[in-house]
This record gives sequence, structure tokens and C-alpha cells, in this order.
Amino acid sequence: MLSVKNLHVRGGNRQILRGITLAIDAGEVHAIMGPNGSGKSTLARVLAGHPDYEVTDGEVLYEGQDLLAMDPESRARAGVFMAFQYPVEIPGVNNAYFLKAALNALRKHRGQDELDAMEFMPFVRERMKLLDMDETLLNRSVNEGFSGGEKKRNEIFQMAVLEPRLAILDETDSGLDIDALKIVAAGVNAMRNPGRAILVVTHYQRLLNYIVPDVVHVLTNGRIVRSGGKELAFELEDKGYGWLEADAVVGAPVGKV
Amino acid sequence: MSTSTQTIEELANREYKYGFITDVEQDAAPRGLNEDIVRLISAKKAEPAWLLEWRLKAYRTWLTMKEPAWGNIKYGPIDYQAIIYYSAPKKRPALQRLDEVDPEIRRTFEKLGIPLEEQKLLSGVAVDAVFDSVSVATTFKEKLAELGIIFCSFSEAVQNHPELVRKYLGTVVPYSDNFFATLNSAVFSDGSFAYIPKGVRCPMELSTYFRINAKETGQFERTLIVADEGAYVSYLEGCTAPMRDENQLHAAVVELVALDNATIKYSTIQNWYPGDKQGRGGIYNFVTKRGKCAGVNSKIAWTQVETGSAITWKYPGCILQGDNSVGEFYSVATTNNYQQADTGTKMIHLGKNTKSTIVSKGISAGHGQNTYRGLVKIAKQARGARNYSQCDSLLIGDQCGAHTFPYLEIKNTSAQVEHEASTSKIDEDQIFYCRQRGLSAEEAVNLIVSGFCKDVFRQLPMEFAVEAQKLLGVTLEGSVG
Repeated sequence: MLSVKNLHVRGGNRQILRGITLAIDAGEVHAIMGPNGSGKSTLARVLAGHPDYEVTDGEVLYEGQDLLAMDPESRARAGVFMAFQYPVEIPGVNNAYFLKAALNALRKHRGQDELDAMEFMPFVRERMKLLDMDETLLNRSVNEGFSGGEKKRNEIFQMAVLEPRLAILDETDSGLDIDALKIVAAGVNAMRNPGRAILVVTHYQRLLNYIVPDVVHVLTNGRIVRSGGKELAFELEDKGYGWLEADAVVGAPVGKV
Repeated sequence: MSTSTQTIEELANREYKYGFITDVEQDAAPRGLNEDIVRLISAKKAEPAWLLEWRLKAYRTWLTMKEPAWGNIKYGPIDYQAIIYYSAPKKRPALQRLDEVDPEIRRTFEKLGIPLEEQKLLSGVAVDAVFDSVSVATTFKEKLAELGIIFCSFSEAVQNHPELVRKYLGTVVPYSDNFFATLNSAVFSDGSFAYIPKGVRCPMELSTYFRINAKETGQFERTLIVADEGAYVSYLEGCTAPMRDENQLHAAVVELVALDNATIKYSTIQNWYPGDKQGRGGIYNFVTKRGKCAGVNSKIAWTQVETGSAITWKYPGCILQGDNSVGEFYSVATTNNYQQADTGTKMIHLGKNTKSTIVSKGISAGHGQNTYRGLVKIAKQARGARNYSQCDSLLIGDQCGAHTFPYLEIKNTSAQVEHEASTSKIDEDQIFYCRQRGLSAEEAVNLIVSGFCKDVFRQLPMEFAVEAQKLLGVTLEGSVG
């Protein structure tokens, strides 16, 4: 479904990604782990089309299409969803209204009829149950005055409504207490299916106890230094990132690090 | 320049969507202004002597006045002798039914999406259509008449209800009020008149669609609305105008009078031609709107959505004379390209326990300049007066400007006055967030802007709010950064 080859990305006058290669098939959950500043979130944001980054080399194919040539809304309409690390507040815009506009943009793209409020609300209420969310959140402004946990839950709730083909979760666990983490993870797990790929970006192994990945990639210094099964996450939990960072430096071509 | 800034700038390069000219024979006065022109206008309308006298007094006063220069607006000199002060569609027979209206005129309304028939049938809105200074159709009159409500063109009111016109004309905006209002008093052509009798709640929104059409014809509309004791009325005014090269002067006057326990809601969507992307052409909109809460417990609420005009200069205000009276002002003003707006309100507290609320939302994009200018005045005798003001500015791009001039004059120590102000920019991250959810940059901007304006939009009647939101989208097309 997603194939990233030799991806190099600059942002803020700095080379952040230095040759990322990975492939995710439908039905798989991959985790990207790495220390702060390793480029994990940059990878997520570049896949979503954030305008602050410049791709200097490499390619990304999404269902055979050149993802990097698509603008952010085309990617979204084609089924790429990112749960934001820092969800943005939109004062005055009702959460339900926002979500209906988003869903209808997707439906329109797929040639489906747009839903009106009467059709939309029952569907949304059912999805809210997945995330154990308070219905009053629907009538509040998008993310405005939400606690950190509510914002993250709202992201996954949006994902549940928009039903993406490829979901990228950017540090969705940060700022969540253990109960909220379990709820969010359960919401994500409920959405795992053979047609959907999920890329989980996280600093900590903790989330992966609940969302068990098929593949774990370790990112340091803009490169994937190791990929493996879910055991890799436990290994990291024990040893920290230090041993892999050392590897990365040792294994890097001289003069390039 | 980031990608999304580019997108925004590309989006901005759209043409004014309502630009077209209707070809109807015009019956116009010669250019320029002198006492003979004033007499001609009055004679054309077969006005009583007292009204001619009033116009002449205004004209003579106007000759002694200077065009105000304090506004935060820049424009070239206006040649008042180059303006045609009167024009009317020719040979206007008395119309009984909508289908007697000139088909050309009706097509114009259809282009604007305001077919009168549909209005009549579907929306229950009585429409007094002011087309180039003369009313061409009035609907729902009979139904309103059953309740004793008078809703007609100003000229008809002068003919049929001279005692009411004479009693209230100039009582809120005197003929000597200010340069533009005084000019209007001398040369006003037509407008709307509404009178709601004692204890009557007007069962429908009263609505007038104004439209500038005759080439180089200044528009001098005059509207007077009187709500008698315990009456209620909601009045809607909406405008669009055709594409035009020359600058056009528009100096309207609106007077509202609310007697004891009466309520008047006055809602405006203003979409005069704003000029082109380089700032050429466009309407100069110098308007005086004021309401007087003359009676106890009376209430006047102004809601305005100002998206058009090259220059907007207007301060719909309330004179809170009756004890416990309430004045409200809700405003969205947008300026894009080279538009300039200097707008706000005046709340004059005279009565005891009077209350006013001001919510102003200014949006600047392109090279637009947006100024909020507001006066809250609490007179010595106005014990227990309260005011709450909120002025928010939203900037789109880095070439535009937002300015706020709140004036407070408090002469009674028991007054409570609050003022809040904020300035924000549309954040690229907000736009990206929306785009990541499948909305285009343009849809994202519209969404963010409509959220910003929500407190004002919800004051508008439902259909009007939808129209306002659409209009805002059109105005701001291609403007984010």
C-alpha cells in the first residue's frame, strides 16, 4: 500500500530525513520508534503533505500513485489520515460540523452522496462509543478547550469516522494517562482490518503493549537503523536507544554524520 | 513563500461574481447639484412643500460643511458636481402584480438569485425592491396592511402617510448631522418606510434589496422605520452591485425609532462592488445609520456583514434615551485587495440602566485596511449604564492592516464598561489541519473565518446567515497566507 524509498527531507534549513526506505502492506501495523529529534514526526508530516518540508530525494508510492505529487487534501481524500501530535484548535467551528464537512469532502471525492445532518449524526454517535467520548464534545469548537487527552481521543474519533486506508498516528500516546491510552488503543484496534494499514509513530514502547505492531522500525538521526518484529520494541524498552545510535554512527559512511 | 501561501494567493485572483449591468431606459437629471436640482427631485416626486423646505435647508447647510477627513481611509477627491443626483426607470406605471415588473429588471434579480416570485412564495419575506432609486415592486403589502403595518417605498409614504414621515423624519439623524447625511437629506431619491403600530409583532422579516444600476448615479437612499409601543420588527437589507469602472458615491441614511417596549432588529448584508484587484473602481459607501431607543425598555439591534465597497464608512449607532433600553451592534467587516473599511458604532447612553453590547469582527486580507471605530458615551444622568465591547481582528496575509479606535466617554461613576480586543492571524497549521481532513485551502479559510464570525452570524435570520457565509467565502477567495 505504501512504499517509501530513499526519502530525504529538509526542514528549517536542516537535513532531517536521510534516506528512509520502508514498505507497508494493507492489513499491517508498523511502528516507528526513535528518540526525540530522530525525524519520526517529520516522516509522518511529510507523508501527510505538510508544506514546511522539502523532499530532496527519494519517492513515496501510495497505492501505486506518487504521493509526494499530491496536495494534502488529495492525499486525505485518497484515504491518508494523520492523527496529529498537536491537534489544532479552530475557534467557533463546531466539532460535528467540521467532521461532517471532512467526511463529505471524502464522500464527494469517492462519488458518494453527501450526508446531511440527519444521516450523519447517528453514524457519528455510534463511532463516539468506540472512543468512550462525551457527546457534548460534538457541540464544542474543534479542539478548543479540550484537555490533552480529549484532543488525542478526538483525533482517533475522527479517524473512526473518516475510515482511512492508511492511518498515521503521530505520537498519539503522548499526554495520555493509562486509562485514556487503553481507550485510544482499543479504538485503533477496532479499526484494524485487512484493508487498512496503520503507521504508529511513538517514542515509548508503552503504546505498543496495546496496539501490537507487525513490524517495528527504529529511526535515529534520520535513518532507519533497525527493523524487526514486535520484540524489537521490548528490546528498546530494556536497552534504550543508545545502543542503536552507536550502531548508526559506526555503520554510517565516514564524513556523513 | 510556502506552498499554502501560494495556494491562497492563487485563490485570491477571482473576479467579482455579481458584475453585470442591466439595460433599462433611465430618466436622469443633469449632472451636478444646485437648488434647482433639489427642487427637481422634490417636484419629480410631487412632494409637499414642507419636505422641499427640509431638503433646501439641508442643501444650504451642506454648502457650509466640509467633507470629514478623520476617517482612516484614503481616496481621491469626489467631484460632487459630476454626479447625477436623480434617475428613475422610465414610464413607471403603477404595478399591481409582480409580473408587471419590467422583465429586464426581473432578470437582474434572478441573476442575483433573488427571484421575487420565489421570495414571495417560499420564504414569506415581503420584498420592497429598490431598483435604481425607485421601487418597482412591493409584495405582501395586503397581509401586512391587515395588521396595520405600513411597509412601502419612502416616496409612497410621503404621499400616503405624510403625517408619520413628517413626525419622525430627521428626529434621529437631523438634516445637519454630518456632511454625507446632510447631502442625503437634500437629494435623497427613495428608500423604504416601515411603521409597526402599537402592540403588533411583524409576522415576517421585512426585506429590501438595494441595487445600484444607473451609470454614474450616486445613490441616496433614505430609510425610516418606526416601531410604536410594544411593537416588534426585524428588517433585512441586502445589496449587490454591478461591475463598474468609475467610483460611485453611496450616501444612505437609515433612521430607526423604537418607542416604549418596542424592538427593532436591523440586519444588513453589504456587497457593493469593491473595485478590482488593483483597487480601481468600487463603491464609496458613506452611510449614516442610527436608531433611537426613545421609549422605556425599548431595544434596537444592528447586525451588519460588510463585504463590499471600495470604502466603507459607517457607524450604526443607538441613542439609548429610554430607561432600561438596550442597544446592540454585531458586525463583520471584511476588506480584501485594496478595500478600506472604517466602521463601528456609537452607543449613547442617556437613560437609566441602559445596556449596550458591541461585537465587532474585522477581517483583513490582501492589502485591505480595516478599522474599528467605536464610541461608548455614558451621560451624566445615565445611572447604572452598562456596556460590553468585544473587538476582534483576523489578519490573512502580511500586507493588510487592522486598526482599533475605541472611544469611551463616561460621565457617571456607576457605569460599568468592559472592552476586550484581540488580533489573530489565520494559522498555517489550522489550514494544514483542515486540508489533512480533506478540505481545500479555500474551504479551510471559509471554515476558520465563519468560526471567527459565529457570534455575529448567529444574530442573523437563518437564510440571511447562510447568504452571509457564502458571501464571505466569495469575498475572501484566494486570500490566505
